[in-house]
Amino acid sequence: MSVTSEGPPSPPVGTAAEPPSPSQPPVPRTIRVSRSKQDRLYRGSVRGTAIAAFVVLFLIGTFLLLKSLPAIDKEGWGTFLTTTAWNPSGTPPTFGILAVLYWTIVIAVIALIVGVPVSLCAALFITDYAPLRLRRALVALIDLLAVVPSVIFGLWGLFLLQGNLQGFARFLSNHFNWLPLFKSGGNPEFTNSAFIAGILVGVMIVPIVTSVSREIFSLTPPGEREGAMALGATKASVIRTVVLPFGRGGFIGAVMLGLGRALGETIAVAIIISPSFIITAHLLSPGANSIAALIAREFGQGGKTGAEALLGAGFVLFVFTLVVNFAASYIVNRSRTGASA
Amino acid sequence: MTIASLKRVTQRGATPQATNGLQHRRPRTFTPTDLALLVASAASAVCLVWFVFYQLTLFSGAAGFVMASMAVFLVMYYFANRQVFDRMVAADRVVASLVTFGSVGVVVALGLVVGFLYTRGRGLISWHLFTQDQHTVTQTAPASSGGISHAIMGTLEQVGLAVVIGAPAGVATAVFLNEVGGRITAAIRIVITAMSAVPSIVAGLFIYVLLITEFNYGFRGFAGSLALAILLLPNITRTTEEVLKVVHGSLREASMALGAPEWRTVWSVVLPTARTGIATAVLLGIARIVGETAPLLVTVSSSAYFNPNPFQNPQEALPTFVWQFYQLPLSKDVERAFAAGLVLVGLVIVLFVLARLVASIRPGSIHRMATRFKRSPVEAS
Repeated sequence: MSVTSEGPPSPPVGTAAEPPSPSQPPVPRTIRVSRSKQDRLYRGSVRGTAIAAFVVLFLIGTFLLLKSLPAIDKEGWGTFLTTTAWNPSGTPPTFGILAVLYWTIVIAVIALIVGVPVSLCAALFITDYAPLRLRRALVALIDLLAVVPSVIFGLWGLFLLQGNLQGFARFLSNHFNWLPLFKSGGNPEFTNSAFIAGILVGVMIVPIVTSVSREIFSLTPPGEREGAMALGATKASVIRTVVLPFGRGGFIGAVMLGLGRALGETIAVAIIISPSFIITAHLLSPGANSIAALIAREFGQGGKTGAEALLGAGFVLFVFTLVVNFAASYIVNRSRTGASA
Repeated sequence: MTIASLKRVTQRGATPQATNGLQHRRPRTFTPTDLALLVASAASAVCLVWFVFYQLTLFSGAAGFVMASMAVFLVMYYFANRQVFDRMVAADRVVASLVTFGSVGVVVALGLVVGFLYTRGRGLISWHLFTQDQHTVTQTAPASSGGISHAIMGTLEQVGLAVVIGAPAGVATAVFLNEVGGRITAAIRIVITAMSAVPSIVAGLFIYVLLITEFNYGFRGFAGSLALAILLLPNITRTTEEVLKVVHGSLREASMALGAPEWRTVWSVVLPTARTGIATAVLLGIARIVGETAPLLVTVSSSAYFNPNPFQNPQEALPTFVWQFYQLPLSKDVERAFAAGLVLVGLVIVLFVLARLVASIRPGSIHRMATRFKRSPVEAS
């Protein structure tokens, strides 16, 4: 509030008895606020809560790092980041997150390939095509999709989606096997693969990407939109020439928010995949992994070293998602204030 | 769109009749010709894909069939419209159908998730599902024996405690950001953004490290509550801050001018004005954390017993129950997982609908409802 804000102390220039000379610009009088004890208590406690949030985030990072150090120091960070195998209970324990990180990114990329076009279409339909009542209903449905628990998505993916995607996966494998991505690798099965996990996570990131980009697209200046219409542009041309260029930066930010979600998705991925610690290009064959799914599946196994190794993996995931989300919110905020990216 | 094509279009609308050889086109009309084109394209697309799918057997599966039909339809629709009208009309119609497919796809996905869960889970929904637990259930007992009361109790307690911790903290942080401020505002805002990005399993691991390995607290419901509170706080803060921004500044100034101290202004003016918005924020936040599985796996563990005390011994929760039971080899355990999942989704939907209802209450209407009968007739008119 402006009345009570603590400005930098400025020297009082001129009093009522002695008006300031015209050459000097008038300097506002400093307002001294004396707050009551209750007010100071209120401000202090509210500030304390906010600082507590800061402390918690700081502690998350430091605790995961510190507690994983004993195991990772023994192995060395270089080894931890470049080893593909995960066997912390072996003698000597060998574990690394390279393969897991690889599969995490693969699943997230497939999720973006599936989820982003659908989200773009849904967001454009809501902002540019749907009548008002339908628009409200759609926004509500997409918000509802956002709160469906991931364990439910996991069940759905395993028992319904996977069966329905078998034909598609087999088709890709039979007719596009000149691409190493779609080679079956000698395995006749197409279940529990990165492909299916990626599509499922793609469905799961649709709500966040849609709602953020819908908000961005609805900020398109109506004047430009109407101007294009007045020049005889069709709706498609308005989208291509006005809405998309205006919302590009914000849309990229929305996609990166979706990427952050996809990287951190735990249970749905853990339900679909069969864990693999080998880096292959065979997306359609069983065997994939992700850091979060690894933690959920391996938790409580491998003794003390195993727990520490998982904490290290958790730390890597924490840093990774933080970086992605910071970049995303930076881009979204910049495009909200009107600057084009 | 190039200037040339714009010019070409603008020339058309000069007179109702077609001028200079170009046909006049109104963008929003939908004539029988258009309908015929739409139906014909759709029918031929489905037929073609059916032929390729089931006669030439390249492909199988309903998902592939639907997707391929959509793609073929878009191509056919484009060329049909291009034949009858021109390229711009065709592009416009194809974009419209594409965008419609996208949003229909989202709705269908939601319908499939809920519908599938309903058909698989409803068989076991009965009274004793809500009143019994799993500890007496043997391998040979039928699927309908036992219940999930322990999981429901656990979820309610864990989420309740998380709300007791997380909601006031979230609202207080939002009040700090919007009402108090200071040099650290920007930093706190960044921290809240970062916290809302923390993957849920990482929040769980943090509580595991802090409480369970460091202080030997053991797997308990309360540990899960703390992890859920970490996830809840940034969620509530971000939404509440948006709501507080909307509260009109003149209300605050009026309160201050009447001599109210700051805390009074916030407590009696700002927060009550934003009441429905804050309630919506809290309810949506709860709906989001109710189904969190990952943090509970590493902090609460699980139990087949009805354990009403969240401060002692492991508890069950609905999401962890689903996670455990779908992995069991017997099909009746998978059935139980689906029943618990259906209850969980029902809970989420109830919370979501409540949030929407609360959000639709207009500011002041509660007050008006309460005072409707007290008003004098003169005032009412």
